[in-house]
Amino acid sequence: MKIHEYQGKEIFARYGIPIPKGYACLTADEVGKAAARLIDETKTPVVVVKAQIHAGGRGKGGGVKVVKGGAAEAKSVAEKLLGMQLVTHQTGPEGQKVRRLYVEQGLDIARELYLGLVVDREKRRIAIMASTEGGVEIEKVAAETPEKILTEHVDPAVGLSGYQARKLAFGLGLTQGVPDAKATVAEFASIVTKLATLFDKEDCSLCEVNPLIVTKQGKVIALDSKINFDDNASGRHKSWVELMDKDEEDPVELEAKEAGLSYVSLDGDIGCLVNGAGLAMATMDIIKHHGGTPANFLDVGGGATKDQVTKAFKMILSSPKVKGIFVNIFGGIMRCDVIAEGVVTATRELGLKVPLVVRLEGTNVEQGKAILASSGLRIEAADGMGDGAKKIVAAVRAA
Amino acid sequence: MAILVGKDTRVVVQGITGSAGSFHAKQCIAYGTKIVAGCTPHRGGEMFEAEGPDGKKTGVPVFDTVAEAVKKTGADTSCIFVPALGAADAILEAVDAGCSLVVCITEGIPVTDMIRVRRAIEGRSVRLVGPNCPGVITPGACKIGIMPGHIHKVGRIGVVSRSGTLTYEAVGQLSALGLGQSTCVGIGGDPVGGMDFVDVLKLFNEDGDTEAVMMMGEIGGNAEERAAAYIKAHMKKPVAGFIAGATAPPGKRMGHAGAIISGGQGTASDKTKALESAGVRVAPSPAEMAVTLKSLL
Repeated sequence: MKIHEYQGKEIFARYGIPIPKGYACLTADEVGKAAARLIDETKTPVVVVKAQIHAGGRGKGGGVKVVKGGAAEAKSVAEKLLGMQLVTHQTGPEGQKVRRLYVEQGLDIARELYLGLVVDREKRRIAIMASTEGGVEIEKVAAETPEKILTEHVDPAVGLSGYQARKLAFGLGLTQGVPDAKATVAEFASIVTKLATLFDKEDCSLCEVNPLIVTKQGKVIALDSKINFDDNASGRHKSWVELMDKDEEDPVELEAKEAGLSYVSLDGDIGCLVNGAGLAMATMDIIKHHGGTPANFLDVGGGATKDQVTKAFKMILSSPKVKGIFVNIFGGIMRCDVIAEGVVTATRELGLKVPLVVRLEGTNVEQGKAILASSGLRIEAADGMGDGAKKIVAAVRAA
Repeated sequence: MAILVGKDTRVVVQGITGSAGSFHAKQCIAYGTKIVAGCTPHRGGEMFEAEGPDGKKTGVPVFDTVAEAVKKTGADTSCIFVPALGAADAILEAVDAGCSLVVCITEGIPVTDMIRVRRAIEGRSVRLVGPNCPGVITPGACKIGIMPGHIHKVGRIGVVSRSGTLTYEAVGQLSALGLGQSTCVGIGGDPVGGMDFVDVLKLFNEDGDTEAVMMMGEIGGNAEERAAAYIKAHMKKPVAGFIAGATAPPGKRMGHAGAIISGGQGTASDKTKALESAGVRVAPSPAEMAVTLKSLL
């Protein structure tokens, strides 16, 4: 789960990580007032108006504006930003609509650094990556100048050690060009240590500060925040419900999530209903292998109820792009009769206007086949997943 | 005895009184697995009723702690069905009680919990399979987990996979071709788990009952690339493979917590290339997994 920059910064502040002063706003009026307040509070005339969407690259996409002309200018900048489709390298060509803004004090930036925490799957630890190349996409740095990325791993038994934080600080050259080198290194070390704690306690899957800045006065401040939470931990973080911005989520994927299904929208026209993530991916692959294109990834899981299967099948049936449906089930825990009942119930309600190919295998397969046969629906049975994929691709082509 | 589990494996099921735990414990007992104990805190003293492969009724004693279960019944292996937020604790309890193998079926354990678990079991001889996996089966001898037992056949093909149902698919195909399995290991779909491909491949490599290996990987991480490096350097037996997710879009989690292409890393094509360059024959489609393996024999 992703959250906005300003929400991430609120969490940073709770952990004592320095952030610029700022206010979240929903209207241009609010932005004007917030800007006036910031200018008054900080005694500096510069504010920054930042579009809040769940995608990186906002600056390059034109979603971050430095305002030097006071509150009125901030308000007019906000009028332009609110409602625009912001296109970045992470949004896709259609962009993401801007509905929230964050107004922040301007700062005298001397250096921009990168700081990011991720799970290193191979090392089975949280990895902290730091780079002097702040403000740039880290993937680009990793590809072109990997030697510029410094990495430390957090031992979960002891947490991040002081020497590791200092290693990063000295490696980034934080002693240079600042009035008090000891103070700057100490501030950086404190931020990194707090972030490591935050990552663990808040159950993050990603935590990025890009850029982390050093001001001309030698202060270290988190100018940006990007936090993704580990969905598996939602059960112990009740506050995540309030942090979720449903406008930023794909509505169909959100609907699926609420129904306890795992769904991802794709560009093709063959809807898939499968049990198990690996088999669901393999089903997409085999459709492609036979010349078709999948419309979705859908894993109904191992223990889905008839209602969940019905819901899942309705989602596929009601998608306008779907020109054919392939149900591919290898029942282990999942019983074939439950799948068949769900498919029949959904179809009775919504009707079936496109070809449907069903492959059932495993637990209660005979009951499942009997339910489908007695339903009177026009269903083509498949013998194996290869046969099923060929049949649905052919049927969609013929239609 | 194939690998990891066999006829003499003695199993304690943690979470045996829950809905998933009780259902699958019964299935395992009906398959012939020696489930000697169950564990659910505050339910110690109860008797879990089930039927063996011959249809005969049998009772499994339930204990409050795994330590007590191990002490009283000689269980050496644990199978965990404890809900996600308590599962990491359950793994550590099994390890502390002296189980040499822990199979964790539970899906949805937070990754920070698994990072701590891995640190806590570092340097200990225990083997952890999973979490978020179907379990381990040595056909005809011992089934620990949720896989449908009847699709398996006794034989000489080792199977290792990150996915549950895709494993069933491969096993179904193998059995249909008359190729039985020595042991099938589901290593799970989480970013941080127990045994990885290399750990399992090493066991198959040394196992006299295994003639060839079928491995199914998927997008995300670099476990398949590390497996390829091991295969190239050490594997004495033929390996066939398949990587799921060639059509998956980047940046999207595909069901499994670990199945995500991030920052251009972990794509199916990179993994396929790595395996092929290590001499693994990769199936062109998931319908041809067993046929591909057979072509190596």
